[in-house]
Amino acid sequence: MSLLEIRNLSVEFQTVMGSFRAVDGVDLSLKETDLLSIVGESGSGKSVSMLALMGLLPWTANVTADKLKFAGRDLLTISNRERRKIIGKDISMIFQEPMSSLNPCFTVGFQIGETLQQHLGMDRKARKKRCIELLDLVGIPAPEERLKAFPHQLSGGMSQRVMIAMAIACNPKLLIADEPSTALDVTIQAQIIDLLVDLQNEKGMALVLITHDMGVVAETAKQVIVMYAGQQVEQQEVDALFAKPRHPYTHALLNALPERSLHLDRLPTIEGVVPGAGDRPTGCLFSPRCEFSQDDCNQNVPSLQHTDIGAFRCFHPIEYTGHGE
Amino acid sequence: MSNGTIDAVTAETPRPSMLRQNLKEFWFYFSESKTAVIGLAFLVGIILMALTADIIAPHDPAVQYRECLEQPPTWGADKCNFIFGTDYAGRDMLSRIIFGTRLSLVAGGMVVILCLSIGIVFGVVAGYFRGWVDIAIMRIMDTILSVPGLLMALVLVAILGPGLLNAMIAISITYLPHFVRLTRSSYITESSKEYVIASRVSGAGKFRIMFITILPNCMAPLIVQATLSFSTAILDTAALGFLGMGAQPPAPEWGTLIAENRDLMLSAPWTVTFPGLAILLAVLAINLMGDGLRDALDPKMKRS
Amino acid sequence: MFTFILKRFALLVPIFFGVTIMAFGFIRLLPGDPVAALAGERDMTPERHAEMMAKLGLDKPAWQQYLDYIWNLLHGDFGTSVLTNRPILDEFLELFPATIELGVTAMMLAVIIGVPIGIFAAVKRGTIYDQGIMGISLVGYSMPIFWWGLLLIILFSGVWGLTPISGRISFLFDVETVTGFLLIDTLLSGEEGAFASAMHHMILPTIVLGTIPLAIIARQTRSAMLEVLSEDYVRTARAKGLSPLRVYGLHALRNAMITVITVIGLQVGTLMAGAILTETIFSWPGIGKWIIFSVFSRDYYAVQGGLVLIAMIIMSVNLIVDLLYGMINPRILHTGS
Repeated sequence: MSLLEIRNLSVEFQTVMGSFRAVDGVDLSLKETDLLSIVGESGSGKSVSMLALMGLLPWTANVTADKLKFAGRDLLTISNRERRKIIGKDISMIFQEPMSSLNPCFTVGFQIGETLQQHLGMDRKARKKRCIELLDLVGIPAPEERLKAFPHQLSGGMSQRVMIAMAIACNPKLLIADEPSTALDVTIQAQIIDLLVDLQNEKGMALVLITHDMGVVAETAKQVIVMYAGQQVEQQEVDALFAKPRHPYTHALLNALPERSLHLDRLPTIEGVVPGAGDRPTGCLFSPRCEFSQDDCNQNVPSLQHTDIGAFRCFHPIEYTGHGE
Repeated sequence: MSNGTIDAVTAETPRPSMLRQNLKEFWFYFSESKTAVIGLAFLVGIILMALTADIIAPHDPAVQYRECLEQPPTWGADKCNFIFGTDYAGRDMLSRIIFGTRLSLVAGGMVVILCLSIGIVFGVVAGYFRGWVDIAIMRIMDTILSVPGLLMALVLVAILGPGLLNAMIAISITYLPHFVRLTRSSYITESSKEYVIASRVSGAGKFRIMFITILPNCMAPLIVQATLSFSTAILDTAALGFLGMGAQPPAPEWGTLIAENRDLMLSAPWTVTFPGLAILLAVLAINLMGDGLRDALDPKMKRS
Repeated sequence: MFTFILKRFALLVPIFFGVTIMAFGFIRLLPGDPVAALAGERDMTPERHAEMMAKLGLDKPAWQQYLDYIWNLLHGDFGTSVLTNRPILDEFLELFPATIELGVTAMMLAVIIGVPIGIFAAVKRGTIYDQGIMGISLVGYSMPIFWWGLLLIILFSGVWGLTPISGRISFLFDVETVTGFLLIDTLLSGEEGAFASAMHHMILPTIVLGTIPLAIIARQTRSAMLEVLSEDYVRTARAKGLSPLRVYGLHALRNAMITVITVIGLQVGTLMAGAILTETIFSWPGIGKWIIFSVFSRDYYAVQGGLVLIAMIIMSVNLIVDLLYGMINPRILHTGS
């Protein structure tokens, strides 16, 4: 049974300079215990698409989709009140900056307990017990004292663990992690990612990991979606993606990894910049920077094609003959 | 190939074309707010009114029309035809209000000039020298702030004597702490930035660093404060005039106009309504402009 | 916590000295002969002049006069009114409750209406409600307060006859002064209609005095809320599925209140200045009217004493606001800065 079904999700923002499409036609399918990673550069729309799913975008955003279903419920037509019963309980999200994501005026115990009270109606004693359990689960030492701590008394890694505790408090079916370790120290990054993967296994929940770190993707994800300039350009299983990327952008992205250029003098880069609001190219958005682009690439816009190995948005996806790269 | 010296002049003084470009950019942001432009237009209108008062005022503000005492606003009548009516002495309200623009603008302008000049010097001195100088200046400013502005102005006018000039001086003193604090705090923020170190390293002297290097970068909040002080000064001048401590009759200062007609307020309400309306519109225009200025100068809101 | 309070208190000391020096210097700076000004007599004979000078303590060196002055202040002696011959502190305390009563009700009006309006405008940012509220509040603090008062009197008392023109209570009532707060005293006295009359007299002055603080509080609440609403922790609160009431009213507001309380504290000074004008217009027997009267009638000791007393009151309010600020924002408590 499909947990999450998204078809043709688009998000448009009303700005002073006109309409801006931050997300353009994303398709996504998740089953109960899937681990999906969404990769892309800053501004690729990876966070916005998940925020749209949660209903956390400002009023200037216009969210459209052919299908947006979670656990059988249609999230497009749902009322705000009904939506609030789902998020925080069945779908949770954690964010990039844990230090500023916790309210400085309230204690850790209060903020975690809020979720429990709101969705599960627990009384004070039960809440306290459960909070201590959760803090222990996410690896925070001396959880009882931590309950009374204020966010400014916690380090970055601790704060993120608290956020994770808050997110899994009601045993969600889906956890979305938006660049959870990017803002943390290098030594802590691995710990947080490992924690998330462990929890996912233990709780049997689906995990969507948004990141721009290909190393993390290689180690943790099972499915990968690559996004560029708001569009979904490729989707494959992780091993296949790394071995045989179909979309030229993914290909170039992987080539730019330092690990893959050990034999070269200079690190390969991708010429050009990501198109902004004002300079969208005609045709394929990546075509100006694509080393394989052909004439028809900058005239028509490629649509997302679904095959049995994945999906890609390209007129001339890279072919692999037999074996190797 | 450089010989190791940093060209301090080009690093600091903006060339004329940069200035013009800054002005153009500023106007782009400022004109985004229609209300701010309306405010500016109104202010320009008031300034023109003040400059051409002799020409556009229908009557002499001091002339008393004995047969037309306390006349309500009338239009197109044969006798006693005054658009805003007349006051207790038969003088044309409209003309008096028009001439009053001069007094209000002068009051606002004087206060702003005094506060900016003295406030900036104190603020920069406090910010540059720190230590005892800083503490002393700030304590004095705190003392002034601990007394409500109007009360302070009243006491000062009691010492100096009533009159518009003394009122302006008194009001300037009460606004001074705001300017000093603002200058000082933005000065301290700027002085830890790298372009200041660069300047000092290339041998710039004390005064040059204080006033030519750092100060121009602190001007944005000061300009906003100056605009708001302009409008508040008009209000306070009118308040002092109303209390009898500001411009003295027969000067047509708007607050004084209200005071001298207060006894007739129920029988001839136009005599107090119109001067007050003038104050409201003038202050409103300047505040609208000030809001637009603040939005235009606020770096956080800049979009490229 | 304790060090925090102590630090704040310590800052008051230099300001206290500053204010007293200012007040003390005020009389010395008056044009003309201070002896004549304070004695209230003209054309004194040289003997009388010397006699008054000694009596007023003006023959001693300035620093000693200042120390005597401080000594008296600390013992509660703020001098004697030249006009009424009563101790200034007594006069002040007698009239102060009227100003407090008016000020407190005006502030309550400003906060009870201003804060929710500001929150509403922030939540509905960019809509017509937001622009309307901001427009009205802009007009509110661009108005000369004395004109606003006169205008309301003209309309409500003059044209429509709905409210009384001046005073605290109808002259028909003679209520015993227990607390000095008429609203309480009228209830205590049990006289029929007294409370209603006191309330009735309070309506216009409260509206007039409270208008400017209301406008400013609405504006500042809105901008504080806007800043807070864009913070990450508000997004987290919404991501937890909390109701909008809880997100805005608890998570956002608690952080915005920090700024708002500071603004409310700053309004006390504005209220005092506004009280001077409001009390003059409505003949409200409070401190504001008293100070104006003292300035005009050259009762310099009264002006001096009033200055120090009012400054001390405002400083105390600022101290309380700082303490409240510390209680709401845990970071301040722990770091003390």
